[in-house]
Amino acid sequence: MNKKYCFFCFGFIFLVSCSKEIMNSFQGFKKPANFPESTYRFAENEITANKFELGRKLFYEPRLSRNNTISCGSCHIQSAAFTQHGHDVSHGIDDRLGTRNSPPIMNLAWMPTFFWDGGVFDLDLQPIVPITNHVEMDEIVENALRKLRSHPQYPLLFKKAYGDTAITTARTMKALSQFMLLCVSAESKYDSVSRNLGATFTSQEQQGYLLFKQKCATCHAEPLFTDFSFRNNGIAIGLNNDQGRYMVTLNDADKYKFKVPSLRNVEFTKPYMHDGRFVTLDAVLDHYSSHIQSTPNLDPLLSTGIPLNIQDKINLLAFLKTLSDRNFLTNKLLSEQ
Amino acid sequence: MKNFISKTLIAALSSSLLFATCKKDEVLPNNNTPEELASMSVEFDNIVGGQNLFLNTTNYTNAAGEQFNISQLQYFVSNIKLHKTDGSYYTVNADSSYFLIKESDAATRYARFKAPAGDYNQLSFVLGVDSLRSTMDISKRTGVLDPAGGHDGMYWGWNSGYIFFKMEGISPVAPVDPTGQRKFRYHIGGFGGYSAPTLNNIKTITIDLTASGIAQARKGRNSNIHLMVDVMKAFNGSTTLSIAANPSVMFSDYSVNIANNYTSMFYHDHTEN
Repeated sequence: MNKKYCFFCFGFIFLVSCSKEIMNSFQGFKKPANFPESTYRFAENEITANKFELGRKLFYEPRLSRNNTISCGSCHIQSAAFTQHGHDVSHGIDDRLGTRNSPPIMNLAWMPTFFWDGGVFDLDLQPIVPITNHVEMDEIVENALRKLRSHPQYPLLFKKAYGDTAITTARTMKALSQFMLLCVSAESKYDSVSRNLGATFTSQEQQGYLLFKQKCATCHAEPLFTDFSFRNNGIAIGLNNDQGRYMVTLNDADKYKFKVPSLRNVEFTKPYMHDGRFVTLDAVLDHYSSHIQSTPNLDPLLSTGIPLNIQDKINLLAFLKTLSDRNFLTNKLLSEQ
Repeated sequence: MKNFISKTLIAALSSSLLFATCKKDEVLPNNNTPEELASMSVEFDNIVGGQNLFLNTTNYTNAAGEQFNISQLQYFVSNIKLHKTDGSYYTVNADSSYFLIKESDAATRYARFKAPAGDYNQLSFVLGVDSLRSTMDISKRTGVLDPAGGHDGMYWGWNSGYIFFKMEGISPVAPVDPTGQRKFRYHIGGFGGYSAPTLNNIKTITIDLTASGIAQARKGRNSNIHLMVDVMKAFNGSTTLSIAANPSVMFSDYSVNIANNYTSMFYHDHTEN
């Protein structure tokens, strides 16, 4: 009996120290040395360990969905750089399907707009979309907040984070922002090379890098590997005639444009494009080299495609893999606890 | 510390600048403590043509000759200003100047606020939510502006912004929708865009009170400006809106026509001083 009790105690202490250890490594938000200044308004949402922990719990909380089955983490899986591995379009509540591919939750502090069409301009407003979307979590935010209020833990977690137990829209959204803002990926081989931390590119990676700078970096600009612009990259118009950015601006010049995605961790974020139509990176490179379609508003940079021979593609793929950040994919701080 | 002082200084300087510019615009200074202000209200009395508005039960006919009923009607009113004959005006405190008028909830027909005692001959307000508030930090959007509030969906999540005016109903000329109803849906919004310019359906409504009774705001009394809101005007205006041709109008170029139509919904009936 005593032994059992001791064992239980020991296990409990172990668990506590484990999560404590993880939080001991919590350093708040740190701008990586090779990154530009972030654009998120941290002054209105100062990062603290308690708010971050609350945000992480909310991120993995299925109660934010109508029938308590889908959490943010359902379609944003850490091991796939917070995308939904293996799904062309997001797979939500009641097995309903969305129309677009889940984008990674990564380096959002630098992102001026959210979603493939940039319809949301403030990270704090972002979670409202998947929570209320009929095919994603299909819940009314006010309802979700009610569930949190009657939960045995959340009022105390909100108190720890904000000083009292009130659970409001702003507090909930800002806590979620804190978690997402700390999903920073900046520890790839590329970063190690670019920060002179000792790593060097192989000759193949180096050749791929030179090629990348020549042929890809205008849109996939370093070091975030996107210029955050909206472009039509010449993929055929989808059967659902998704007009992308146009739906937000109603400007004809934006028809069929989608946000340039970052290429960080691209090795793990398949399938590719706004509707996940390409399942391999080879298919993506083949598209740029030989299958560009001349649809309205095709980006002028792509009007003749990107000439790439077989060796070029091999070198480019070698470089793209240097953007993989395994620490990001396995960092316990970002995992469901 | 030095940083703090300079920040405070900048804040003080900029706020004094703000006051200085205000004076030029002849804004009435609000030196009054809240207890010294007079209670006022604007009443939004929704009607359809010459008839009372009854949700769901009464049929109306628009200029296109189409029969319809109304199942839901609600709109945002904000940025209330009161003008005097000398050209000066009082702007109601921005933090208490956002109202959601809902036909289904009689208590919301009054926009209640405080103003300095005085005689006001003109009222203006924004039908919708201004772009500043539409892009403000989420912590500043409480009450009717809470994007999560269960206000029957007066907020577009996917394209961040408020729905300014929402009218839905049933009409035999509307096509059968996926829910099996012949429903028309008009959700009008658009504050002009944040990351790129787009639709701007923010409308400022100005109403002269001289003919039907100026508002005499006095401490200890409530002056109520009673407006009639003829929602038939949303159908019948410079554009004749046809339910058959446009059963569903939301974030689209056509919404501009409806917004232009509904700016003429409001007229002053009387003032209870």
